[in-house]
Amino acid sequence: MTDASINTQAKGFEGDAGFGDYFALLKPRVMSLVVFTALVGLLAAPGSVHPIIGFSAILFIAVGGGASGALNMWWDADIDRIMRRTQSRPIPSGRIAPGEALYFGLTLSVFSVVMLALATNLLAGALLAFTIFFYVVVYSMWLKRSTPQNIVIGGLAGAFPPLIGWVAVTGQMAVEPWLMVALIFMWTPPHFWALALFMRTDYDDAGVPMLTVTHGRRATRVHILVYTLLLAGLAVAAGFTSIGGPVYLLVSAVLNLMFVAGAVRIWRRDEVMSEADNFAVEKSFFKLSLLYLFLHFGAVLAEALLKPYGLGGWG
Amino acid sequence: MSLKPTHDLHRRRFGRNLGLGLVLVAFVAIVFGLTVAKVTNENFVIPSAEELK
Repeated sequence: MTDASINTQAKGFEGDAGFGDYFALLKPRVMSLVVFTALVGLLAAPGSVHPIIGFSAILFIAVGGGASGALNMWWDADIDRIMRRTQSRPIPSGRIAPGEALYFGLTLSVFSVVMLALATNLLAGALLAFTIFFYVVVYSMWLKRSTPQNIVIGGLAGAFPPLIGWVAVTGQMAVEPWLMVALIFMWTPPHFWALALFMRTDYDDAGVPMLTVTHGRRATRVHILVYTLLLAGLAVAAGFTSIGGPVYLLVSAVLNLMFVAGAVRIWRRDEVMSEADNFAVEKSFFKLSLLYLFLHFGAVLAEALLKPYGLGGWG
Repeated sequence: MSLKPTHDLHRRRFGRNLGLGLVLVAFVAIVFGLTVAKVTNENFVIPSAEELK
C-alpha cells in the first residue's frame, strides 16, 4: 500500500466527500449518452409534450441512469480497486463508503422511477425501473462476472433510454424506438471489445471474463468484425424505415463504411502490430464508435425535426 | 477562544451542503413547473367531489 492510498483512505473515514464525488457516482459520461439518446427518442416520437414535462422526463431518465451507475459502483467496488481505469472512482479511492453509495443509488432509483411515472406515464416509469434492474442485477451482479457474453446481453440496459423517451410522449410501444434500441444494443459489443483490447490486462487482473480473457484476443478481433458487419446492416436498413430518411441514410452510409473499415483493420492486426503502435488502431476505432452513435442519433433527430417542414423522412 | 483556520474539510462540506441545497431548490422548481404544466393542460379535469369520495 502506498502513502497516497493510506491518505485517501484516511480521508474516506472522515466522511468528507464533496458534492462532485457524489456526482461522479452517477457516471456522468454514461449519463450524457443516456440523456442524448432519450432526448432523441422523446423528440422523434409522434405527438408532443409540454416542454417542462419533456425536460423533467429527460432529467428523471438521466437520474435513473445515474442511480444504476452508483449501484454498479457499489457492487463492483472490489474489482474497481484492481483495474487501473477505475481505481480513482469515489469508492475505491476511499472518498465515499460503499454503504453510502448503496443507499444513494437505491434512493435515486426509487425517486427517478416514481417521478418519471408521475410526470409522464406508468409505462415509462416501469421501463425505467426495468432498465435499472437489468443494469444492476442482470448485468452487474450476474452476467459481468460469469460469462463473456456480459457485454452483449448487458448492453440492453444501455439501449433502453430512447424507448423510455418515446414512451414518455406516446404512452405506448411502437416499432421505431425498438429500432433505436437495436442500434445501441448492436453497437455496444464492438465498442467495449475495442476498449478491452487496448486496456490490456485490466479485466484479466480483475477476473472479469471479458472475451479477451476467456477466448483470447484473436477471437475478440473476429467478434468485433462480425458484430460490426451486423451493426452496419442494421444501421443502414434502419434508414429505410420511418425513423430514417435521406439525411440519416447519407450519414449512416459514410459512418458504416468508416466503422467497417476500422473493424477490418483490427481484424487484420495481431498483438505484435498493435503493441508496436500502442494500439493506435484499436483506440481510434473506440473513439470512432462514440462519434458513430452520436451522429446516428443526431441524424434520427434531424429527420424528426425536419418532418414538420415536409423535409424529413421518406415523405 | 481563538478561531480555527478553515480546513479543507470545511470547504468540502460547505460545497456539499451548497450543492444539496441547490438540488433541493431545483427540485421544488421542477415540481412547481410540472404542476403548472399539468393543470394548464386542456385535458385536465378537476375531479368532482363524488369522484374523490
